[in-house]
Amino acid sequence: MDPLEIARWQFGITTVYHFIMVPLTLGLGPIVALMQTQWVRTGDEKWLRMTKFWGKLYLINFIMGVATGLVQEFQFGMAWSEYSRYVGDVFGAPLAMEGLLAFFFESVFLGLWIFGWSRLPKKIHLATLWIAVAGSIVSAFFIIVANSWMQHPVGVELIDGRPVMTDIWAVLTNNTALSAFSHTVTGAIAVGAGFVVGIAWYQLWQRRRDGIDSVDATGRVVVGENLSIPGRDRKDHAVWIKSIRIGAVIAILGFGALSITGDLQAKLMFEQQPLKMAAAEAACYDGTSFSVLSIGPLGGQNCEDVVGIIEIPGLLSFLAHGDFDTEIQGVNTLIPQYQELYGTNLPDDPLYGERAGQEIDYLPLMEVTYWGFRLMIGFGMLAAAFAALTLWIVRKGTVPRSKFLMGTALLSIAAPFGANIAGWVFTEMGRQPFVVVPNPTPGGVDGVYMFTAAAVSPGVSGEEIIFSLVSLALVYAFLMVFEVRLLVKYVRGGVASAMPELDHSDGDGNDPDDPNKPDNRDDVLAFAY
Amino acid sequence: MELLPTIWFIAIAALWIGYLLLEGFDLGVGMLLLFSTRKDRERRLMLNAIGPVWDGNEVWLITAGAATFAAFPYWYASLFSALYIPLTIVLVSLIFRAVAIEYRGKGSTEKWRMWWDRALGLGSLGSAFGIGAALALTTTGLPIDANGDRVGGAFAWFTPYAVLGGLAVVGFSLVHASVFLGLKTDGDVRVRARNFVVRWSPVALLPIVAWVLIIQFQNGTVITWVLVVFAVIAVVFAWLSAKAGNEGWAFIGMAAFLVAGASSIFAAVYPVVLPSTIDSAFNLTISNAASGEYTLGVMSVVTAFGLPLVFIYQGWTYWVFRNRLSDHHLPEAHIVKPAVAPSSSAS
Repeated sequence: MDPLEIARWQFGITTVYHFIMVPLTLGLGPIVALMQTQWVRTGDEKWLRMTKFWGKLYLINFIMGVATGLVQEFQFGMAWSEYSRYVGDVFGAPLAMEGLLAFFFESVFLGLWIFGWSRLPKKIHLATLWIAVAGSIVSAFFIIVANSWMQHPVGVELIDGRPVMTDIWAVLTNNTALSAFSHTVTGAIAVGAGFVVGIAWYQLWQRRRDGIDSVDATGRVVVGENLSIPGRDRKDHAVWIKSIRIGAVIAILGFGALSITGDLQAKLMFEQQPLKMAAAEAACYDGTSFSVLSIGPLGGQNCEDVVGIIEIPGLLSFLAHGDFDTEIQGVNTLIPQYQELYGTNLPDDPLYGERAGQEIDYLPLMEVTYWGFRLMIGFGMLAAAFAALTLWIVRKGTVPRSKFLMGTALLSIAAPFGANIAGWVFTEMGRQPFVVVPNPTPGGVDGVYMFTAAAVSPGVSGEEIIFSLVSLALVYAFLMVFEVRLLVKYVRGGVASAMPELDHSDGDGNDPDDPNKPDNRDDVLAFAY
Repeated sequence: MELLPTIWFIAIAALWIGYLLLEGFDLGVGMLLLFSTRKDRERRLMLNAIGPVWDGNEVWLITAGAATFAAFPYWYASLFSALYIPLTIVLVSLIFRAVAIEYRGKGSTEKWRMWWDRALGLGSLGSAFGIGAALALTTTGLPIDANGDRVGGAFAWFTPYAVLGGLAVVGFSLVHASVFLGLKTDGDVRVRARNFVVRWSPVALLPIVAWVLIIQFQNGTVITWVLVVFAVIAVVFAWLSAKAGNEGWAFIGMAAFLVAGASSIFAAVYPVVLPSTIDSAFNLTISNAASGEYTLGVMSVVTAFGLPLVFIYQGWTYWVFRNRLSDHHLPEAHIVKPAVAPSSSAS
């Protein structure tokens, strides 16, 4: 069995999975912190309810991100030891900084936030959440710095055939890292905001369906209450209408920022990884047109078979350079350039195993890059349009009774996730056949690049990697089922799922002053597992 | 003597010791759930004793791993790839443990809690055993060739030393967790924990003591033997304190035992970070496994700034949650019901 292919599948699967949880953590965190800030500032209970409810979903998701993140750090050494040896001098530093300067903050302060509701003064308790959220964003920065170094190596010198770090500042301020970081964080914010919109829509819809809220002749909402259903009082409506509006506004802002940061990143990529962008365009020949739709035979790595169906002249040049007539180099022009610089065949080195001396295919899998790029943009635009539509629909204070629209709203939660996944698959697959892409821009160091074929652990067998791939995939699939089940359960429970004190539905009289009820003694924990 | 690699060897030893010191009792609590009580409220009490801190404790592992990658990439690459199978088991175990802590209380059926408790217990056991095996093997050696790659197949790591190291961390964690629970809880859980320490620690700590002594007989120096003597005094002190009911002193004694014992191991193997059992010429040492001066310098500055901060705010967390937990602190388990009118939930 070929360890390289299996190890690549494993890295892809575990990373995509990890990056389902991570953007939700990154995006929902600031929204929850904003809600709690409003509560501390105004004292209005609806903000407290929003903080508790969205905070609960945040935590259910957070733990999965933590658990799957460990795999990422370990597998560089386990499956990619040759890569780790080659890049260790520069690549390990941002990872260690992530642990020391970001993840410690995130985990410790989140523990304080979860358990500190009754133990800490209000403002300090709020500060613990903001510190945890800031920790998660700084954490994302260091990870992106590490990834961007693979896309665009800077700040190193080649000593004895191995990159040695000479300038940490250059690594941290790598222009690739700055643009990828801003694009990733705005993408995550769009995910968090879309999540809030979809779920708040469901709640407003459920209130209408249960006959709690209705609309008058002008379509304006008439808020009601039904205390036999947990948490469904009048204030509950305010929680959801506020949530959906906040979510929609943040989503629209997020998508606006995404298009700007994405544009910046694309311009850099045209410079730094021209072949990736040519493959993203399925552009065989030099030209200026952006392809809206091209087709070719599936699995055909032959550029000549691609047929452009719809093209917009000038747009590609605009994306790359900001004008309409600069020629963008196509695959057929670029490949000979790469062959001249980095060889036509892999070196005859035992590192490459049975691949030593094979011809190098410089073209990334074109279907993946082409469609990855378009799916990313398509999903993003879809989600942005839905957020704008939502904002208009809820202008009179609630959502329509249509089950179809509600279903669409819940489904639209998936769109920003899809965009994130497609974008990462595009940019990582577009890096092939390199694991560390050569830096062609001025200031790049000659010889700092690595073929993926040389990166895998030489001492590890394909069977071992199969074992870990199957174990992890099974565990991940199993846990995904439980995460979704729990999220659904807590969503269906409404705010009362995060605030049991709102549940008066069991009809036990629930005297709030009864000192014998354990929940009412003042030293009872506000939160406990 | 090379200054920066030596500093980083000490830093990584400190991160591992910090990890075992803190996460030791988290892992132990997880394992104790497998057999110490069947009462749900007692289980919750044990779990909530580590509740606010366990996730922060686990970051010591993440940072130890990443710091090894940054400071000694050849050590990181050789050790992690050589231990492919056991580390896979550690990862799966850690995933289950983390998710179980968070999810066990969120279901409403007994069956749900029972299965997550098992996941939590076995996950803690797998993590402790695997990490112990990995740490033991990096001190006793693995069959690595000149390039640092493992030879001898997927199970070449499976030696008596691996088993000894695994049992060492499992045994230590069980005792450490019991000392911790004695200090942090009240009621039956506290009494039972203290009895466990008095009764079982002489057995449970045997493997870790054996590991310490084996390393000393192979590589010991005067300084490391002094550390060993100190560790033995500390552990006897811990046992006597537990017996006398002084839980605070018992915890300090266990902590001192771990710090001194683990330091004696790291100090004895220095400057070798991963011996080769094939040929000592292939040994990875702090010189041939380290990153360049510049990288180590940058990381030193970052650590000199970051680690004291971690001490401060993580210490503060322990201060905020310093109170003993007893049964009456626990709110009743909350059952989440759908916020849906009965008629529409039926349809």
